[in-house]
Formats: sequence, C-alpha cells, structure tokens
Amino acid sequence: MANDKEKSKSEGEPTESKVDTSRPREPSFYEAQKGWKSWAFTLDHKRLGVMYLLSTMIFFFIAGMSAILFRTELLTPQGDFLPWLNQQLAGMMGQPISIEEAAAQSGTTYNKLFTVHGAVMVFLVIIPSVPGALGNFLLPLMLGAKDVAFPRLNLASFWIYSLGAIFFLYTLFMGGLDTGWTFYTPYSTNTGTAVISATAGAFILGFSSILTGINFMVTIHKMRAPGMTWYRMPLFVWAIYATAVIQVLATPVLAITLLLLMVERTLGIGIFDPAMGGDPVLFQHFFWFYSHPAVYIMILPGFGIESELIAVHSRKHIFGYKAIALSSVAIAIISFVVWGHHMFVSGQSELAGIVFSFLTFAVAVPTAIKVFSWVATLYKGSIAFNTPMLYGLMFLFTFTIGGLTGVFLGTLSVDVHLHDTYFVVAHFHYVMMGGTIIAFIGGIHHWWPKMFGKMYHEGSAKIGALLVFVGFNTTFFNQFVMGGQGMPRRYYTYVPQFQEQHVLSTIGAYILAVGLLWTATYLLYSLRKSNDAPVADNPWGGASLEWQTQSPPIEHNFHDTPRVTTGPYNFPQIDRTGEVDGH
Amino acid sequence: MSSHDAKAMRPGAIDPPMPLAHHFDTPGQQAGSAKFGMWVFLATEILMFSGLFLAYFVVRMLYPEMVLSSHELLDKTMGGVNTVVLLTSSFTMAMAVRAAQLGDQKGVVRNIILTILFAFVFMGVKYVEYTGKFAHGIFPGKYFDYVAAGEYAREHGHVLAGKPHIFFGLYFVMTGLHGVHVLAGIGVLTWVLLRARKGEFGPRYYAPVENVGLYWHIVDLVWIFLFPLLYLVR
Ligand SMILES: [Cu+2]
Repeated sequence: MANDKEKSKSEGEPTESKVDTSRPREPSFYEAQKGWKSWAFTLDHKRLGVMYLLSTMIFFFIAGMSAILFRTELLTPQGDFLPWLNQQLAGMMGQPISIEEAAAQSGTTYNKLFTVHGAVMVFLVIIPSVPGALGNFLLPLMLGAKDVAFPRLNLASFWIYSLGAIFFLYTLFMGGLDTGWTFYTPYSTNTGTAVISATAGAFILGFSSILTGINFMVTIHKMRAPGMTWYRMPLFVWAIYATAVIQVLATPVLAITLLLLMVERTLGIGIFDPAMGGDPVLFQHFFWFYSHPAVYIMILPGFGIESELIAVHSRKHIFGYKAIALSSVAIAIISFVVWGHHMFVSGQSELAGIVFSFLTFAVAVPTAIKVFSWVATLYKGSIAFNTPMLYGLMFLFTFTIGGLTGVFLGTLSVDVHLHDTYFVVAHFHYVMMGGTIIAFIGGIHHWWPKMFGKMYHEGSAKIGALLVFVGFNTTFFNQFVMGGQGMPRRYYTYVPQFQEQHVLSTIGAYILAVGLLWTATYLLYSLRKSNDAPVADNPWGGASLEWQTQSPPIEHNFHDTPRVTTGPYNFPQIDRTGEVDGH
Repeated sequence: MSSHDAKAMRPGAIDPPMPLAHHFDTPGQQAGSAKFGMWVFLATEILMFSGLFLAYFVVRMLYPEMVLSSHELLDKTMGGVNTVVLLTSSFTMAMAVRAAQLGDQKGVVRNIILTILFAFVFMGVKYVEYTGKFAHGIFPGKYFDYVAAGEYAREHGHVLAGKPHIFFGLYFVMTGLHGVHVLAGIGVLTWVLLRARKGEFGPRYYAPVENVGLYWHIVDLVWIFLFPLLYLVR
C-alpha cells in the first residue's frame, strides 16, 4: 500500500511533489489539543519528541557558550580573559577583587567551564538528543504504530530527564564542578565543588535513559504494523534498537558507579579512595564499562540518520541493507569489551592493554562496513544537493576522519604518546560533533517539514551548512597536529609555541557558533505564522511509513493501520538509475 | 499461560476483561509488551547489582583476611531467618499469581497480604541487625569505630584484621540497596492489592500481578546471592 501511494506521486523533481489532496486534511496533532496541559501531561510521542528537541537545544546552547568562554581564554598562552571576567563578575556582585585575586581563581574557573561543557554535552545533549527528539517522534511513525508501547513511561522519562537537568543547573549555580565529565577518583572524592548534585543529576538522567531504552525495545519488538518484518524496518529504527539495547545494558552500571561514588564521598567506604584502602583504577573500570558503550549510545543514532539521508536524497536503494542493520548490532555487542582502551596508561596490566587494543580494532570493521555502504549507495544515485544531503556528506567526511584517528588512539604504543593531548579532544569532537551532532542537524532538516509542516529557507540553510562545516574543521583539525606536538588537554595556560594554532581553533569556534546560531534562527523563523506555503506530506519522495501520513501527522499517526508490503528504500525511480551511463 | 480452561475455574470465580489501551490492537499485544518490558527492566536491575557484586569480589581479592574476619561479626541466624522469610514470600507471591489465573479473588488478596507481611518481617529483622551493628560502632566507611568494633569482636572471640570499614561499607551499601528494593516491593504490592480487592484481576487479565511477582522474585534472588557472599564467607 505504501508503494501504491508513492507511485501516484508526480515523477518530476521529488521536492516539488504536490500536497496530497486525495483526502480532506484533518487537524494535526498540534491542533488536536490546546493549552499547556496538552503538553505537560501529553502521552503523545510526537509532542514528547518536540519537547525533547527544545530542551536538548537549550542545553546545547549553554554547553556551547561555555566552550566559547574557554576558547576565548585560550587565545593567549597566559591567563587573561577569565581573570578579567572573574573581576568583572565580582565587581557586579558588589565584592570587588584585585586582578591578582581574580587570576588565582581562574584556573578553577577554566576547569569548571570545560566540565560544564563536557558533562552537559554528554548527559543532557548528545545522549538524549537523537533518541529523545527524533526517535520519539519517528519511531512509531516508521513502524506504523499509534504510539510507543508505554506512553505513560515515555512521559515519565521526559520529566525524569527534566529533574536530572535541574540537578545539573543547580550544580552550575552552586559553584560548578571541576572534575571533568569523567568524575575520576580520588579527585572527585576530595574536591570542594558540587560533585554530589552533579552525580545525582547524572544518576537521574541514567534512569530516564534506561526507561526510554526499555520503551523503544518493546515498541520495536511488539508494535510493528502488519507486514513490517525486521528486514523491512528503516535503518534508523535498527540504529535506535541497537542504541536501546546498549542503554538498557550499560546504564545500570553507570548508576551503580555513581551511587558508589556518592557513597564514597559522603561515607568514605574506601573502595575507590587509595587513602582509605580503595582502588582508583577500579573506578575507571566501572566508569568506562558504561562510558565506552555510551559513546555508541551517542553515535549509533547518528548512523541511523545518515542511512536515511543518504538513501532518500540519492534516490537509490541503500547498499547493503542487512550489513548496515546487523553492523549496528555488532557494534553494540563489541562496545562492551573495549573499555580498557581508555586506561592504557592507568596501570592496568600490559596483557589487558594488548587485548583491549586488539578488540578496539574490531570495532573498526562494522563501522567501515557502514561507511563503505553509504559511499556505495551514493554511487550512481541521483544525488540532490539539498541541505539534508549536504549534512549527510559532511558527516561522511568528518566522521571518517574521526573514526580513522580513533585507530591511532586504539593502538597501544601510539596512545602512550597521544594520551591526554589535544589529539584526543580532536578525535572525540570529530566523532561526536562531526558525527552525531552533524547527523542530528541533518536529520532535523530532513524531518523538519514532517515535524512542523513548514519548510525552512533553503538558501539560508546552505549558508548555515557551509559555516558549520568551515567552523568545525577550522576548530578541530589543527588540534590533531597540536596534540601530536604534545599540547596536553585541559590546560588553562600553555607554552607560547602553540599560540597560533590555538588562535586558529578559537576563530573556528566563533565561526561554528555563528553557523549554529544562524541555523537555529532560520529554523525558528520558518515557524512564523505568515510562512503558510503548503508543505507536501512527502517532500523528498521517501518510501518509509512516516512519509505516508500527513505533515504534521494527525494525533493517531495514521487513518488506518498501514499494511507493509515492501522495504523502506524501494523508491520508484531507482530501477533506472543504474543505466545512466549505459551500464 | 493463557489456556485456563473453564473447568479449572471454581464456582464463584471472577473473570474481568483486560482493559485495552488505545494504541494496542489486541490484548495479546498489550500483555506481551508489558511482560517483555518487565523482563528487560529486571535485566537492568540484575546488571546494577552485578556492579556491586563485582566491587565485592575485588575487595575480597584485595583483602581476603579482612573480609573473612569482618564477616564473623554478622549474625548468621538473622541472615538465615531472613532468607527463609523471603523464600516463603516468593512462594506466597507465586500463589497469588496462580489464584489470579484461576479467578480466585480471595486467594489473590490473601496471598498478597501474606507477601507484604513477610516483606515487613524481613525489614524488621534488618532493622534489628542494623541497630545492633550501630550500637557496637560498626558504621560504614569513615564512621567505622575501630575501638568499639574491635572490642565487640574480641568479646565474641574474633580478631578484626586489616580495613574492616571497607567490608562494612559494602555490607551497608549492598543490603541497603536491596532493602530499598524491598520497600519499593511493598509499595507495588500494596498497589496490586488495592486493585485486586476491586476484583480487577482474573484469567484474562493478571499481567500486573504477574509482573509485580516477577519483580519480587528478582528481589528474592538478589538476596539469595547476598546472603552467602556476606554472611557465609569461607
Ligand atoms: Cu572508548
């Protein structure tokens, strides 16, 4: 049935396909109910998706601004900007201090800023972003279901997320946290900053993550429409499934780790603190047993978006559907046995280091399968260079750099040199920002007309994409070089030799910030009332189920439960693309 | 489990229908989702406790004599009594599920009340144990009173070796977290009890009783591991 509807669409440029007029339009889920209660107590996965989108974007802004502050400080080798800022702030609070006093506090201020940036980005932005916003909105639509399996739990999950966020904000206002997002002991058990409220916040956010994971797993197992077999699911759903499995299996270990850390700090039971007879390396094992899989919680949904962007906007059946689907699962499984690669210089045994190094290389195999499949999908596709596709291509470029530099870090001997340098910072940002966030922004553009029934200005979006691409690479590419030359990460001051590279990074960060703010602006501007140009239900000619319903969807998603007879990438045009050059 | 033939139902048995939420197509889909979700949730519980068990084994590996000497201060009798109490409560819980499947409303209510009572007995024994420990300076971590605890050990013919504050730190965290789960169990059991009294459960709809039962069995299972690891060290 999905296919019939698709065939009735005009054959021309897919972006020009007409609004479906075969059926009178019904009120969208926005119009079906009104008032703040219809949001605060909603059981509708689509509204929850929109709420997650808004909250993660607010925290993305906070985390980004703290990065801008510490990048500004790094313009010069010695401390200038933060002492000045601290002095101004103290003056505004009516307790003026000398510049020397301000300078004395500023190292800690720097530590707090990068901790806010890291902890907020990881726990409040990247982990909940794609599953919370796009996953919630799209999963039931893509499966042909009316909602997720447990709508009430879904609402609870959002409010638990908000509670965790409040703990984080409280931490910020109570003087911040200076441990880095990794909370390493024994520093975290001894520092004077607000470790308890921050770990409590992360603990609560973990609950939200687990509940979302359970909900999505059950939804995918039990809520698929008739005919929606496992191998007819969009690859985004496969990615969300693999993510949910990791969320469910890894997050409980984070929960117990944070609980033990809180107990260690309050009661001093002495299992992590060497002064009490504990083992700080044990904390690192605990922490990375969660946090390595957590980087796949963060990147796998990005892979899912990438598959959709590449296939839909090159009008070609995805290459290696099963390979991409199952490699997500393979990554999920392997992710649990590689955590020791974060601890090559922690004093763990050499044998463990060798084994972890080898297993880490194994992750490269399923990841490469994905990258090659995406590239093969592009081959002889009819590629539309619209904004979602630009982000799709950007992802291929930046993520590949991020992935390959991960191999450097996974190599035991090389890591001893690169450990704790800017090389690690650059690698992590190439996979998290250049991977997940780029894919997320691409996904937002791809599904924006579906989510809001409005279209953004394509020209503005292309300018935004260019600014993001240039800004991102200017910021981080030379950090690989800096790291290789020995610039350690997390340092407030540095030797003058690195100044030019730091200035370049900071300029890149400014460009990136402008690009992101620009993007937020034209997206929000597209929502204005006067932008009433009708948006097609299926503006890109996608073949998965979310495109077969109204934009924005009706409250119960579909008029009748869809019956699925074909795969999600069987675009009607694909049969001819292979013959372009007479092949 | 769905083949409860009518002849198994006693006269007077009730059989209320399953309330179907709007987003499900069939009762089977709804019941299956609830059960699958519960199993996944229980997996997360086991993983969380397994982190504690791992910490325990690391401490035991680092300080074997300390763990051996410290555990002598735990009361094996009370631990044993609590094990029997929890095992019995698991049995009454299973009987409650069985009664719900048979439409025996009185049986459901009676067995859930018994289960809750056993849960309270367990917590009572725990309370006596904890206060007894506190009275002899046995607190977790840095509050551990080496003088008082050492004297208490000598009175009972033992010598405390090494750093017992770590053992008791873990003891309180592990049994404490388990206790929190027992308290949560009392909460959800009460919720199911109130619904059972309204006659909401029968052969066609007993998923809440069954799921709370599954949770309760896991709480029991965790204790089955905690008891020998903490009380019966060799
Ligand atoms: Cu890792």
